[in-house]
Amino acid sequence: MATATYAGTEKPNYLNWKTSVASWLFTYDHKRLGILYLVSISIFFFIGALAAALIRLELTTPKGDLLTSDVYNKMFTTHGVIMIFLFLIPSIPAVFGNFLLPLMIGARDVAFPRLNLLSWYFFVTGGILVLIALFRGGIDTGWTFYTPYSSSFAKGEVSLAIVGIFLAGFSSIFTGINFLVTIHKMRAPGMTWFRLPLFVWAMYATSLLQVLGTPVVAITLLLVAVERSFRIGIFDPNLGGDPILFQHLFWFYSHPAVYIMILPAMGVVSEVISAFCKRRVFGYHFVAFSSLAIAIIGFLVWGHHMFSTGQSIYAGIVFSFLTWLVAVPSAIKIFNWMATIWKGRVHWDTPMLYALGFMGLFVIGGLTGLHLAALATNIHLTDTYFVVAHFHYVMVGGAIMGYLAALHFWWPKMTGRMYPEGWGKLAAMLVFVGFNLTFFPQFILGYMGMPRRYHSYPEEWAVLNVLSTAGSSVLGLGYLLPVIYLTWSLKYGKVVTERNPWGARGLEWELVDPVPSPHNFERTPIVTRPAYDYAHPEEPTGFIPKPRPVVVGGKDG
Amino acid sequence: MSVQEIEKTATLEHTGDGHYHGDGILGEQFETLEQQNNAYLIGMWAFIVQEVLFFGAIFTAYAIYRFKYVLEFTLAHHELSVPIGTLNTFVLLVSSYTMARAVRAAMQNRHKKQAFYLFLTFLFAGVFMVNKYFEYGAKLEHHLFPGGDYSAHEIVKHAKEKGELRIVEENGREFYELGRTTRDGQFTAFKRVTPEEFEQRTRLFFGFYFVMTGLHGLHVLVGMIVISILIGRALIDHFKNKPVADYMPVEMTGLYWHLVDIVWIFLFPLLYLIGR
Amino acid sequence: MWNFPLVPPTASEEGAAISILYWVITALAVIFGSIVLFGAIYLAVRYRADNNAVDRSDAVDTDLRMELAWTVVPLVLALIMFAWAAKLYADIYAPREGYYEVFVIGKQWMWHCQHPNGVRENNMLTLPAGRLVKATIISQDVIHAFSIPAFRVKRDAVPGRYNAMYFTPTKPGEYHLFCTEYCGTKHSEMIGKVIVLPEKEFQAWLEKGGQGLATATTTTGGAAAGGTLTLAQQGEQTFKALGCNACHLNPNSAVKVPDITKTWGSDIPLADGRTVKGDEAYIRESILNPGAKIHKGYQNLMPAYQGQVSEEQLVQLIAYIKSLADSDTGGN
Repeated sequence: MATATYAGTEKPNYLNWKTSVASWLFTYDHKRLGILYLVSISIFFFIGALAAALIRLELTTPKGDLLTSDVYNKMFTTHGVIMIFLFLIPSIPAVFGNFLLPLMIGARDVAFPRLNLLSWYFFVTGGILVLIALFRGGIDTGWTFYTPYSSSFAKGEVSLAIVGIFLAGFSSIFTGINFLVTIHKMRAPGMTWFRLPLFVWAMYATSLLQVLGTPVVAITLLLVAVERSFRIGIFDPNLGGDPILFQHLFWFYSHPAVYIMILPAMGVVSEVISAFCKRRVFGYHFVAFSSLAIAIIGFLVWGHHMFSTGQSIYAGIVFSFLTWLVAVPSAIKIFNWMATIWKGRVHWDTPMLYALGFMGLFVIGGLTGLHLAALATNIHLTDTYFVVAHFHYVMVGGAIMGYLAALHFWWPKMTGRMYPEGWGKLAAMLVFVGFNLTFFPQFILGYMGMPRRYHSYPEEWAVLNVLSTAGSSVLGLGYLLPVIYLTWSLKYGKVVTERNPWGARGLEWELVDPVPSPHNFERTPIVTRPAYDYAHPEEPTGFIPKPRPVVVGGKDG
Repeated sequence: MSVQEIEKTATLEHTGDGHYHGDGILGEQFETLEQQNNAYLIGMWAFIVQEVLFFGAIFTAYAIYRFKYVLEFTLAHHELSVPIGTLNTFVLLVSSYTMARAVRAAMQNRHKKQAFYLFLTFLFAGVFMVNKYFEYGAKLEHHLFPGGDYSAHEIVKHAKEKGELRIVEENGREFYELGRTTRDGQFTAFKRVTPEEFEQRTRLFFGFYFVMTGLHGLHVLVGMIVISILIGRALIDHFKNKPVADYMPVEMTGLYWHLVDIVWIFLFPLLYLIGR
Repeated sequence: MWNFPLVPPTASEEGAAISILYWVITALAVIFGSIVLFGAIYLAVRYRADNNAVDRSDAVDTDLRMELAWTVVPLVLALIMFAWAAKLYADIYAPREGYYEVFVIGKQWMWHCQHPNGVRENNMLTLPAGRLVKATIISQDVIHAFSIPAFRVKRDAVPGRYNAMYFTPTKPGEYHLFCTEYCGTKHSEMIGKVIVLPEKEFQAWLEKGGQGLATATTTTGGAAAGGTLTLAQQGEQTFKALGCNACHLNPNSAVKVPDITKTWGSDIPLADGRTVKGDEAYIRESILNPGAKIHKGYQNLMPAYQGQVSEEQLVQLIAYIKSLADSDTGGN
């Protein structure tokens, strides 16, 4: 048995019981896969962030003087493709969904551990293909691949990038299938649906979106690649095709995709707020069902990306109506979280700071979504920096804050080390301030009409752009700090010897070792209390039963 | 013990050192065989739902264009061989039957029978693919593959013969009139197109044809590979005299195979039949 | 350096209405945003762990009335804002009458605008203040979008079909024109100016063949009008050049053809029983692909001009056919 330990305890844990490279690259352990995803998406994040830095640097001056037009166009395409397909979509589900789901429901692993490993390989292969496409000259279609530009005009490795995205998409589908089955079939005895942590509900809704939505974008992008190679005329009007058909097919996935990105973060926020206010999440059932409502209505609003394409006014009205509706479940969550803080016992630790930051920034992002949901104002604001600001508020101010909250909250459980709290708080505040400085001016720029995907602009907009770039450097620093201190903590951070350093409720805190063992639990736990039962601190959420007699079936024939 | 009893009682043995030992069938993450089997079934169904959306999207695109270019698509689809298509439909249906028998044999642990029916399924799938090969070959020969040497020549020729296309000349330009010839030889034109338009739209039809049947064929191929692996395992189980083996892989493959069959059941009428 | 704008100019009637809506939504957003932001911070401070002076008893975790309240109130507000915005949008973008029409053709990477009297502008659009304008927009290659922030209007320029937008400029001045749908290398350079002139000056500018801005008064710019054909006249030339007059407007035509002097603006009965409006889209399609909509009572005999006629020529032909209808009724 391996005795060389990582976290300073004698017990073998999932990190140190096997340490060869092969044991990592061929692991079936959901926790190790979560870590593998963590490392890979972090690498992709920084490549995407580099592209963003170049974009903001170019936009510091009104003229397009840093990069040529073509290079700039490739930069924003790179930024979008990497951040969306290779970072945000996998992020919380692939890292924390993988790591936590079995722990939270009392299972030894997900339903299909080998499929899980395959998922990771699909993801990494897809990502590498995208990177190869970028290094072999790049693509400049925008992450939205609008036709006929992408199918008949764009040069570069478009088809290769599409294949990469296709593979990454199947990684997403397999993860979704895995999680759906895990949640349905692997819950420990006593873990009824309404005793599940809300993170699990969020992951369930997300998995539905992944399984039902991703195949549509997969075939759509495949058709773009086929059009490029064989000019069959599906999307190019010069060949008898319809470019708007592409947009319908593309956005049918890509709108639900944004809910794939935000629902897990909302699940994290539920966990963090409850743990750091020591209170059951207010309106548990409402929060749980709101995740499903967002997923379902989210499939019906894709046309709101197309109001200015010349679609009929009638179609616009239907999509606008549904878009206003989808805002309501998100509002329900926000108010329930506020009510959770009420009469709680609030600890202002780093995860809580990120959760509070999420609430503030997501709300701004969501409320500016209303300007876009409204038909008359949408036309003016669409394709301007207003939209850029809106989606960065929800995706970065929302999803990434949720990701960072999760990273800090579950860091001790994942690594057995505590991060330095002072640095954590500093980074959280830098991220919050830097983020607002970067993106708030963009609302103003957008209302004034500054178009997206421009690398030069009228002189009078220079000051706001400079502010935005300045903010981005603060934001960048805020992101860099965790990389440094989290890595530092792996070797020098305070060793965590207790299971539950935060005093939170949940099986992963109460019944799992400080650093989980390879199979999570000694024996399958039995759950006896609802989630977040802070009102009854003397009663644990569940317990590990005594060993029972073993019966191995089938051998007697 | 019956399958049901085994499902309920097979459990894991915990050895206390962080390892679990199953009895070969049960995965470490599951408590009972019943749980494992249900999990695999739900997982397979989720995969099937996703495949339906995958094919559904391209079916939708096809439907939209067929509605838009119904005459051109109809003339183009006359090039498809209904006899071969019908044969393929029959072949796949029979293969679904043999697959179902293989699943049943697997559930009964009758591995030789299982291997036999799996082999039949493989054979029928092979017939399907061979037919496909000839079909595609004929299309390529007639320049109907939407590549660089695509030509609507064959379609025009056959349509003329059937009195559904007439070439007219006006001001030095050639046009195709698409319509119908009544029994007494009267031609009514429904639509007039330029040769370029006709080529574009029939090319689009064949684009759909090759993508849809090609993706389907790929799924058949993958199925054949999986089935051949299952045949191997069934034979090993038979010769090793293994009384109880895991039938779930066969059942899951069966589900997949039925999906492949159903996709074809939709493809065949949509591409080959409607509009005749 | 500190003299930078924070709001765009508002230079159209529609824009003024959209502005009001925008600021009302913003006000609502600020109100709700503040409730959440300051509320959350207030609660987190007040109930911080080391504050024992607050009453934490009866800390319920569910309250149906509150749930209903914060579901219904946002829902009602949402429906009101939706309805207001939808109505305004329908009023602005539904077809309207009594407009001054310009045709806009987008291509990589410039805007080409055509006035009815034949004046053409590249990357510029000069318009009269106080009159309803209709811009009929199309692209020659990829999808572009024609955006005038000061008017708060924008429409995609899609290859293969016309998109129309209506607006009424109010304030004379110069305003930004942008392409707002990514279209390739020089997307950022596909920009221009919209120049709004008082009505009299605009007429003068038109008559001068679009030379020099009326504000610069007198001559400047040499060659005056006269010699430039109106768009409709150019259309007549194109009509003859393409041989349309072999069948149309030809009393000796061998073929029975619809009377195109009656096409514009009328309801056209089709062979399949439908009725369509004789608008720009119908005329464009009937030139490119006549078989798509056969006029009732006529045979499908007209050749398709797809690939034979450019977007510019189509715009000219449409103007010509419109003028036939106008002159037929005696008015202009």
